[in-house]
Amino acid sequence: MITAILRSLRTGVVTVRYPAQPTQPPERFRGPPQIRPGTFFDALPPSSVCPSGAIVGGPSEPKYSIDIARCIFCGRCAEQSRDGAIEIGRDFELSAKKRESLVMEVENGADGRSSQLLPLPTEEQVAKRIRQTLGRSLQLRHLDSGSCNACDWELTALLNPVYDVRRLGIDFVASPRHADGVIVTGSVTRNLETAVRRTYDAVPEPRVVIAVGACAASGGIVGRGYASAGGIGEVLPVDVHIPGCPPRPEAIIFGILLAVGRLCERRR
Amino acid sequence: MAESTSKLEENLRSLLSNRAGFESGPRPQDLTVRLTRAEDVPAAAQALCTQGLSFAMLVATDEEASAERDLKVRYIFEPGTESTLPRPDIFVTVVASLDVAHPELPSISSNVPSANWHEREAKDLFGIAFTDHPDLRPLVLHDGWPQGLYPLRKKFDGSQRCAVELAEEFPHLLVEGEGVLEVPVGPIHAGIIEPGHFRFSTVGEKILHLEPRLFYTHRGLEKRVEGLTVDDAFYVVERICGVCSVSHGLGFCEATEQIARVDVPARGRAIRTLALELERLYNHVGDIGNIPAGAGYHYGTSAGARMKEGLQQLNERLTGNRFLRGLVTPGGVRLDVTSELVRSIESALSVIEEALDNLMDRIENNASVLDRLDTTGILRQKDAINLGVTGVAARASGVDRDARRDHPHVAYADDNGPRVSVVTSLDGDVHARLSLRAAEARESMRIIRALLASLPQGPLHVAVPKVLSTSGIGLCAIESPRGAALHWLRIDANGRVDRYHLRSASYANWPAVPLAAQNDIIPDFPLINKSFELCYSCTDR
Repeated sequence: MITAILRSLRTGVVTVRYPAQPTQPPERFRGPPQIRPGTFFDALPPSSVCPSGAIVGGPSEPKYSIDIARCIFCGRCAEQSRDGAIEIGRDFELSAKKRESLVMEVENGADGRSSQLLPLPTEEQVAKRIRQTLGRSLQLRHLDSGSCNACDWELTALLNPVYDVRRLGIDFVASPRHADGVIVTGSVTRNLETAVRRTYDAVPEPRVVIAVGACAASGGIVGRGYASAGGIGEVLPVDVHIPGCPPRPEAIIFGILLAVGRLCERRR
Repeated sequence: MAESTSKLEENLRSLLSNRAGFESGPRPQDLTVRLTRAEDVPAAAQALCTQGLSFAMLVATDEEASAERDLKVRYIFEPGTESTLPRPDIFVTVVASLDVAHPELPSISSNVPSANWHEREAKDLFGIAFTDHPDLRPLVLHDGWPQGLYPLRKKFDGSQRCAVELAEEFPHLLVEGEGVLEVPVGPIHAGIIEPGHFRFSTVGEKILHLEPRLFYTHRGLEKRVEGLTVDDAFYVVERICGVCSVSHGLGFCEATEQIARVDVPARGRAIRTLALELERLYNHVGDIGNIPAGAGYHYGTSAGARMKEGLQQLNERLTGNRFLRGLVTPGGVRLDVTSELVRSIESALSVIEEALDNLMDRIENNASVLDRLDTTGILRQKDAINLGVTGVAARASGVDRDARRDHPHVAYADDNGPRVSVVTSLDGDVHARLSLRAAEARESMRIIRALLASLPQGPLHVAVPKVLSTSGIGLCAIESPRGAALHWLRIDANGRVDRYHLRSASYANWPAVPLAAQNDIIPDFPLINKSFELCYSCTDR
């Protein structure tokens, strides 16, 4: 016992300070693909380059868009674009309340160059406010609606000594009846649809729904098919979408904090 | 054809006399046995078993559009544990052709229990009737799936959605008697874990019978990849399971490379091997931490979680993804291991090594933890063999199997590649599975260090055409953190995926969990379950 205590003292604090202190993902981290403004439209890769169908449009079409909610962050579009038309970003704080605000769209201008239609709105402002005002706890029920388990393991990681989200007043509870909302992973399989609805119904109002990862946020690479509904948005009203495949733990923290703001709004 | 295969073929020819045709394939050393009549499947299975082979997986295919206009069932066997080491790296495929209108053949599940789920799955997804099957309840498709609709038949439109009907009670074995109580658990569990339903029949705390119901996370991924280029399908396969991302992605790539007839360069193979071992390592140390959670030993849980986190951060430095996604690619690997990263790996390993020794030392000297681990959830060797259990669960029950040695892949197949010393234990309880993981984690660290010390120079990958110019079948086994995962891939004449089937290690091992839990107490089930640590996602697909 005493050696365990001494070992713990020697180790010191291993917990990160995020979100109070920003973090830098490692050099090879792949963030969202970004269309470089002013790039020639014909330098963009065809939509078929994307294995999860996140790209709509093409070099010879009037518009071109990348859906970050559907993106699996493989980097293939950047690899196969010419002249760096698509760059891989480094941002991981990508969560958004509105599904549409995760779609980055450019228009084919008269000069053949792209012009931004809807810039990817950063939720940074909102998040800053939440960071300042966070004092409210959020108790969430995890709901696996048919994930590959990567997002699930990242939720587990939130409870490890390094991220320890309980320090932020966030925790995962055993029963939906004790929860302020559900945090959903997976694209909603046919075999889980009933369980998903029942779990949500058991959460008292007001409640939030947080979609973690590409599958929950949009269907992701699984998409819609005989066994998959194509995202939690097809079944439940979603309050926050957290892109990623899977999103790294700090990206999930960011998304949950965004949801806290939403919960405050709803309780007003 | 290898000498061992010719001898086997000779024996099988005499056993099956004129009832089958023989050819080599899918790999040069493999054997394919084409049965003239599907009714002979049990006889063929029996013949193979007498030759020391054991059942590995079943692959059904819809070939209605081909000249043969049939459905085919392939029973794939591999050398079993009764054959002497070193076992030849061969697969024997028994092919039966079925009439599309009335696909029917006799089941082998009564004699080969490991085929049970495979046949039920083929019934659900292809509508194949297995006569005399001991358990014909639906397996993969749950509530209200329309009769006569088979999603993996080619004429079924994969985008078709069928309404979900309210769940009825699922048919299961009813245990009756005074004081017998049924405890339903799941599919949505209290912790952050994957969905599955467990129906315990208990008296007091004691489990009399456990019936699991899985396939809640069935996403239809094998249908999803049909018609795709291997390049696109790879990203789907890499995402069948989070914690097996490298293993499954790699298995798909190896099957593809067999068909495309390309050889991955030495450096690419070494880095793939490194990734496989890093995947095993972060899983094993994480599992070692999760087992004490079931015994209320939170120090162990925290220590394990920290080790796993350290390794996942290392994964992200190496590949840009904490699950090592984005490294493996058909033809090789996409990212190099720089000398700076070599140093990162080495320093991470020395931290993990010390922390692992410390944690294992604490567990082994903690009487109250050991009391929960010892003699809990025993899987007997005989059951492990009969059910075709694989990986840690098999080796902890004295079954000496490891695909890294028995079906050598990546650098394990190289003459100067790493040699795995396979660890086994005879106890078969939770403690054995825990200790075995620690031993295997140390072995992984040894292999990683050996790989880093002699990384071959040269290119990382070779080109694999986006649309393959060759058609054919690829078959391989990869030792994933949970055990051997088998991949079967067929590319059609258009160079696209015609059929892909994964038999994950978890798929093979799930039927063993209820056996191991029988006669234990309900509070020990989380421990037993965690000691197997099976993925639902790669079972359900």
